[in-house]
Amino acid sequence: MDIWNILEYVAWALSALFGALMLMNLIRIDTTYDNELLTSSREGEIEVTAERHQI
Amino acid sequence: MANVTATAPATERLQLLRVLGPAHIWALGVGIVLVGEYMGWNFSVGKGGMIAGLAACWVAGLLYTCVAMIDSEVTSTIAAAGGQYAQAKHIVGPLMAFNVGLFLVMAYTMLEAANAITVGYLLDTVAGMMGHTGLNQKPFIILSIMFLAWLNFRGVLATLTFNLVITAIAFLAIIALFVSVQLGASAVPMDFSAITTAPLPYGWIGIVAALHFGLWYYLGIEGTCQAAEEVRSPARSLPYGTMAGIMTLLIAATMTWYVCSGLLPWEYLGQAGTPLFDAARVTGNTGLMVLLFVGTMFSTLASANGCINDASRAWFSMGRDRYLPSWFGAVHPVYRTPYRSIVFLVPIALIFALGAPLDQVVTFSILSGLLGYTFMTFNMVMFRRKWPLETIKRGYVHPLHPLPTIVLLTLCAAAYFAVFLGYGTQLSAMMCFYIVASLWFHFRRYRFVRRGDQFTMPWPKPRGY
Repeated sequence: MDIWNILEYVAWALSALFGALMLMNLIRIDTTYDNELLTSSREGEIEVTAERHQI
Repeated sequence: MANVTATAPATERLQLLRVLGPAHIWALGVGIVLVGEYMGWNFSVGKGGMIAGLAACWVAGLLYTCVAMIDSEVTSTIAAAGGQYAQAKHIVGPLMAFNVGLFLVMAYTMLEAANAITVGYLLDTVAGMMGHTGLNQKPFIILSIMFLAWLNFRGVLATLTFNLVITAIAFLAIIALFVSVQLGASAVPMDFSAITTAPLPYGWIGIVAALHFGLWYYLGIEGTCQAAEEVRSPARSLPYGTMAGIMTLLIAATMTWYVCSGLLPWEYLGQAGTPLFDAARVTGNTGLMVLLFVGTMFSTLASANGCINDASRAWFSMGRDRYLPSWFGAVHPVYRTPYRSIVFLVPIALIFALGAPLDQVVTFSILSGLLGYTFMTFNMVMFRRKWPLETIKRGYVHPLHPLPTIVLLTLCAAAYFAVFLGYGTQLSAMMCFYIVASLWFHFRRYRFVRRGDQFTMPWPKPRGY
């Protein structure tokens, strides 16, 4: 087993780690916060407040 | 904050974080594209010879300069995540917006998959040079997608600052190679004799065919628009970042063609996997070789990173408008990223990265991009007609309208023909896919869209309505 075989195992392990971190965080957030809040984003709010399009 | 169960009061909203500046926009645009300088563009030389390669470089450069100018004007006015999708929604209509959103997601997800495949290929090459044969590329392909998706998940500032650093190193590597060769660091002299001995080996049609791969030099610069909702000053940062990006790419593309064409025989260059790295190897300078390998890896990662950022923003904004299930329109309450869209697109990228050949993935990405550029032409005309210059304030006004639009449309037509010459079946299959998707949206999905809510810009009524 040379360095490249070890790197393959390391890559598998890190891939699983990053995937698990994302999934666990997603589940935690989805079960902690109300979906109404999570999907409350609205487009164009900066325009409403700044009224940049008025000449 | 993470441990608090929250219910949304009427006024509390989660928005994407406005933390980016012009340098991040530059890093996003150039980061996605610069990998095209490191590989892919050189197939244009194989299609038509050295002169055709240079013509493709500059003609595609003209096409993308038009794209950058048009995009800068419209995006500086419609500062919303989703970029061209939001533009289409406000200026053309819902069906066009749905299609443009799909073009964006497909183009970036496919490009992300292609980049991940390339990371695996590069590591396999290095392993081979070190005497290890039969490297399993899959774990490295998966790791590159997983790591970059996780980075995107955690926050846009860290993601694009990371992109800024690795993109700058990759760009400086090209300049270092160019300057070193000029100063005589190469063991092999520059040789451009093929320009006279074999100027156009496949005739004038070779120039048209070369255009397909000439797009590689700049494909993705329009991705800067996707960050519109996360920059501190969209009207200033987006035009600055985008125009600086296209200037950087024009310089990098010309330098790349010059160095590679001078150091490598055109017959080899036309089918090389990593032309800049190969050019560095030909110089016999170990330092340049290491630098260009690092540049190749960094440009590939920067491209995949930017693609994840852009595809997720497009998917997120379609979910937010209910063009897709509204579940995708969620913002992470701590990191302020479109986290569900980022996670959802990971397996799709993995399927293409692990199960599809590189040239097919790249061609689907190019075709989706081309469809998007075609949309930009009549989008621009409609924008100026409905809202002339004196009616709404723009952060940037592009000159000589409608000339850039006409040039862009003409070059798009030439590029379609060039793609058709090599990939006619894929072009037809792609068109069928978008037609079926449009039918689904029109008959099944549009009923869920809140029609009044999707137009968010405080603009006056369009002229003629």
